[in-house]
Amino acid sequence: MVDYANILSERVQSVKPSGIRKFFDLASTMQDVISLGVGEPDFETPWQVRRAGITSLEKGRTFYTSNWGLQQLRDEIAGLALRRYDLFYDPQDEILVTVGGSEAIDNALRAFISIGDEVLIPEPCFVCYEPLTTMAGGVPVAIPTVAEEGFKLTPERLRAAITPKTKVLILPYPNNPTGAIMNRQELEAIADILRDTNIVVISDEIYCMLTYQGEHVSFAQIDGMQERTIVIDGFSKSYAMTGWRLGWAMGPRELMQPICKIHQFGIMCAPTTAQFAGIEAIRTGDDDIIHMRSQYDIRRRFLVSELRSMGLDCFEPHGAFYVFPSIRSTGLSSEEFCNRLLQEQHVAVIPGNAFGASGEGHVRISYSYSMQHLREACRRMRIFLENL
Amino acid sequence: MHVKEKILTILEQDARLTPAQLADMVQMELPELEALLREMEKDGTILGYKTLIDWDKTDREQVTALIEVKITPQKGMGFDEIARQIYSHHQVESVYLMSGGFDLTVIISGRTMRDVARFVSEQLAPMENVLSTGTHFILKKYKEQGVTFNPDDSDDREVMM
Repeated sequence: MVDYANILSERVQSVKPSGIRKFFDLASTMQDVISLGVGEPDFETPWQVRRAGITSLEKGRTFYTSNWGLQQLRDEIAGLALRRYDLFYDPQDEILVTVGGSEAIDNALRAFISIGDEVLIPEPCFVCYEPLTTMAGGVPVAIPTVAEEGFKLTPERLRAAITPKTKVLILPYPNNPTGAIMNRQELEAIADILRDTNIVVISDEIYCMLTYQGEHVSFAQIDGMQERTIVIDGFSKSYAMTGWRLGWAMGPRELMQPICKIHQFGIMCAPTTAQFAGIEAIRTGDDDIIHMRSQYDIRRRFLVSELRSMGLDCFEPHGAFYVFPSIRSTGLSSEEFCNRLLQEQHVAVIPGNAFGASGEGHVRISYSYSMQHLREACRRMRIFLENL
Repeated sequence: MHVKEKILTILEQDARLTPAQLADMVQMELPELEALLREMEKDGTILGYKTLIDWDKTDREQVTALIEVKITPQKGMGFDEIARQIYSHHQVESVYLMSGGFDLTVIISGRTMRDVARFVSEQLAPMENVLSTGTHFILKKYKEQGVTFNPDDSDDREVMM
């Protein structure tokens, strides 16, 4: 008899399974459910990009690539960094093509963390940072952010969280689930605090192309920060390529070479077909990004004003494709709200506490859906709120 | 994008939005937006608000044909006047002046192929300025005005944080 409990590592056991899985399993058994729960674009990958993937298969390009990724793709990414941010990264050993942004985050954390090192994580945030930190042997330290401060990381909150054990700061902006962004001035205030420390930044900028108020500023653009920042980016959100699993990390070679070492032994290389498609995306996808962004923007405005007219306090998101309204006025907890909305009106949204304790009192609503879908969901939510 | 263009792009996709919703989506005050809509309706920028229908899903019998028409404009009667004579027939849905091998594209719908054939032979072909016609019947519509017929709109996306 195998004693399974004794086989599993303590670290893995200490990671709690997602509490809301049950909730969505229930939703999937119900008829006529309108979901606003997804975290990916509703657009299909632009056709010419899909075509490029298909062509690479037709040509028999079915082999491993270099560990770092196809040279051509890294050149394109380097060009993109130059064009967007005026930043130079050497395509030889400062740009690593990964299996989505998530793999890059995982590898970076594992490359930096020694047992007991603290990782600062502004919350609410994407759910992977905490478990990946734990599994790498680190100690996740949540920094709560609040609607009143625009869900931004403030220098005060950052300073208060830093200890001698702090190794890494995660900077998750534009933010999932709040839609918050950080402008240059706000990033400079963060940089001022980091300058005299040895803290390294993992800046998760996967939603960088989806901002609705000015261009995104990369943390690596802030004076002196490129040398301590790993920029995480990818194709999933910008080019609607989630299923291709393709992302990248950029940073100084002293940090990127160790990150590539982990990637080399664990993954070898990102899927070759996806990499060929990625080259095409960067070369020809700008118009597609503009089109998708303008669609998201229209839905964002629609949803924010609908939610406000229902009486919910709704922070105006300036990035990603989520709104994160407060539901405190209903007197319900996030989970109660979501459960009742599902049971009574068959609308599925995600409780804010799934993204960290400071998300309590909010729900995440994705607007990565057609207007028709959003309108019907809003109609039902209005009925739900009126009958509370 | 200019705000007018933005409004038109949104309406082109979904004409059922209320002015209040539309105003929110382009960040305008409601009275201002309503005035702009009225202005565009008046100056003919907005010609109407219609519904896209897949008639194949109904019991209604209908065939649509695309007719290539070659014409010889004569003195005192240019393309516009000839086009007017053609589009004045109520069966005619669309008329376009074309570049290339023929002059006008005429799209007409009828209940049966015979209806369409009768229109071509009795109304269109005998016109003084019409040199020739070529009639193509539409067998199946896949996409119209950016909308796909019989779309696969199942949403396979999983809930992800």
